[in-house]
Amino acid sequence: MAAAARVFIRGAHATLSVPGAGKQSSARSALLKLSPGCSSRLKTQQRHAAHFTFQPEPVTTQYGPTQKMNLFQSITSALDNTLASDPTAVIFGEDVAFGGVFRCTVGLRDKYGKDRVFNTPLCEQGIVGFGIGAAVAGATAIAEIQFADYIFPAFDQIVNEAAKYRYRSGNLFDCGNLTIRAPWGCVGHGSLYHSQSPEAFFAHCPGIKIVIPRGPLEAKGLLLSCIADNNPCLFFEPKILYRAAVEQVPVDSYTIPLSQAEVLQEGSDVTLVAWGTQIHVLKEVANMAQEKLGVSCEVIDLRTILPWDTETICKEECFLNLEAPIARVCGYDTPFPHIFEPFYIPDKWKCFEAIKRMINY
Amino acid sequence: MAAVSGVSRMSGLCFHAARQTAALKALRPMTRRSFRVTAAHQQQPFDSSLEKPQFPGASAEFVDHLEFIQPNVISGIPVYRVMDRQGNIINASEDPQLSKETVLNFYQKMTLLNTMDRILYESQRQGRISFYMTNYGEEGTHIGSAAALESNDLVFGQYREAGVLMYRGFPLDLFMAQCYANADDLGKGRQMPVHYGSKDLNFVTISSPLATQIPQAVGAAYALKRENMNRAVICYFGEGAASEGDAHAGFNFSATLECPLIFFCRNNGYAISTPTNEQYRGDGIAARGPGYGMLSIRVDGNDVFAVYNATKEARRRAVAENQPFLIEAMTYRIGHHSTSDDSSAYRSVDEVNYWDKQDHPISRLRHYMTARDWWSEDDERSWRKQSRKTVMEAFERAERRLKPNPELLFTDVYEEMTPSLDKQRESMFRHIQQYKEHYPVDLYEK
Repeated sequence: MAAAARVFIRGAHATLSVPGAGKQSSARSALLKLSPGCSSRLKTQQRHAAHFTFQPEPVTTQYGPTQKMNLFQSITSALDNTLASDPTAVIFGEDVAFGGVFRCTVGLRDKYGKDRVFNTPLCEQGIVGFGIGAAVAGATAIAEIQFADYIFPAFDQIVNEAAKYRYRSGNLFDCGNLTIRAPWGCVGHGSLYHSQSPEAFFAHCPGIKIVIPRGPLEAKGLLLSCIADNNPCLFFEPKILYRAAVEQVPVDSYTIPLSQAEVLQEGSDVTLVAWGTQIHVLKEVANMAQEKLGVSCEVIDLRTILPWDTETICKEECFLNLEAPIARVCGYDTPFPHIFEPFYIPDKWKCFEAIKRMINY
Repeated sequence: MAAVSGVSRMSGLCFHAARQTAALKALRPMTRRSFRVTAAHQQQPFDSSLEKPQFPGASAEFVDHLEFIQPNVISGIPVYRVMDRQGNIINASEDPQLSKETVLNFYQKMTLLNTMDRILYESQRQGRISFYMTNYGEEGTHIGSAAALESNDLVFGQYREAGVLMYRGFPLDLFMAQCYANADDLGKGRQMPVHYGSKDLNFVTISSPLATQIPQAVGAAYALKRENMNRAVICYFGEGAASEGDAHAGFNFSATLECPLIFFCRNNGYAISTPTNEQYRGDGIAARGPGYGMLSIRVDGNDVFAVYNATKEARRRAVAENQPFLIEAMTYRIGHHSTSDDSSAYRSVDEVNYWDKQDHPISRLRHYMTARDWWSEDDERSWRKQSRKTVMEAFERAERRLKPNPELLFTDVYEEMTPSLDKQRESMFRHIQQYKEHYPVDLYEK
């Protein structure tokens, strides 16, 4: 409703400057004048605030000098380092030339040339197929899919081709030089097609790696690891963190190992596992559990979904030692809704409630 | 009465609307924004005082009568050929005038492929290998195109291009090893027969999904263009695979990104049982090329010289000008789709016989050779005997060979072995040790 009200206001002011809109917008401004209730509704109905508070990593000097960067800037930095050090590296996808719809590739085309940072036609199966071929021919290929929601046309190329290239050829050929990046996850208003987290569709496909960072510092190191890794990698970037997440990030190259989960805080009663944006939700949930329930929570960031770190999570047949069944707190079995997002997402209250039920099992 | 007033009210509204529109037209010059060019591609500044269309999406002329463009399927793109069906050169200036040695090599490679096909097809029928696909009738497309390339040009194939690999020198033992999936198979026994690959010969390993190689070939060509080492890419596919979305993607990308590659379509009349009139309604595959901004040609695929000439020129220009070329080689699939197919279910024996007897790439080349006294009946007899002998010997060797060590089930999934795969491998060997009488362990290397 608030969004609709905003459109009305824009229409009213634009009467004179927008050709063709004249008659309609005057009608709209008349409507606004006729219903005084509208203006009071404007104040009370703001869009829902974010469901998490980003918790930045502490500053580290182990990788050299750092700079304040948000998530999309840390991605740009990783790509910049790569293009500088690897002359075969190329970045391509829809709209990457002008800087990308999320500004991840800003400045790179001017700096490194139009043969290295370029737009492709609008075709995800083509983008990934092209990337595979470039990787097979020895180039470091970094493909961008504009939203993870649009990765499905490329599913065949990823699962049937990229993942199996090395195995099926007896290691004569491989596309290990390929990395596919895509914005991922809920963003507050993304609805069905700008909010998806499709890692589960790929999680049982041997031959690819899937990585999801929780913030800028992690993102740059993990992305550089994916690019360096000699296996095709999917790198999903939580889009809601692109501007919201700001950290001190090393300017130079560094890598964070793949297939290694990270225990963010130790705990003795309940283990909480998540990746991406949800880490910040669970960190808050851990505090809530401690304060309100006296429950000590271990928080683990999985980071690499495939191949995943079974050792850190499971610790030797852990199922035998659990005192309560495992709780999965996630979205419902529906497509990702628009206006119902606040009810749909596994927010801190749902996670908190799950812990409460678990300890009272 | 009411109707009349209604009409006048309507016309009153229309008049009001017309006045509004006129007012807006007067406003337009004041509100028009200037257009800034940020793309590397330089576009003309828009100028509405010119009568020429100003649309960024297409540059053409205006036309003032309504007419739909007729797709030209009746008299479509002509078929380029050098020899007639009897192997006579039609236009002497088109004869590539290859040496006797080269032409003999063409002939021997085509016939060796044919012999290998017969023996391996039979071996599947006898249960010795699990599956096979023959190349009957299409040998000319393989040898003609392969001969026109450089040895370091990269080949992406579909599954009916064994002659390209044979021309490049892939040994019979390795063809057999892949079909038998024995311990000598370069592919380590992981794929069905005919899924060949060779790094040394620049032939990317075949995969079963159709047309997936098309956008991959484009990416490879782009990478090779950046390397600037005078290497091209050729991408083979059938007219059926050309219906896949990946084909459209590949064509569009190759032209837009200016890649040095050749798209080589083997139009052999059938995709398993589906004839071409159920595969497409336009003028074949060659007619699609111009739609993508690509230079295109249709050739007689059963004329090895026509295939050679077209591929040679396409390769030269693709590398020199960094643009893709589309060659549609018309031919006929004389054999069944595979050993899992019996094509008598959907086509007549007479139709197949016509192509086998009246328009075959091997016999047309033989007529060319015999007309020049380069090949005699005795040569034919002794070559047939010799080629059959070498194929049979390779066949027997391949049959005797053990299968690869089962540990190769677990390697090359990733570059490195992962902990969980390692565990699975140990678990499998433990299991086999315990239940060994139920597993064919003796057929495999230890």
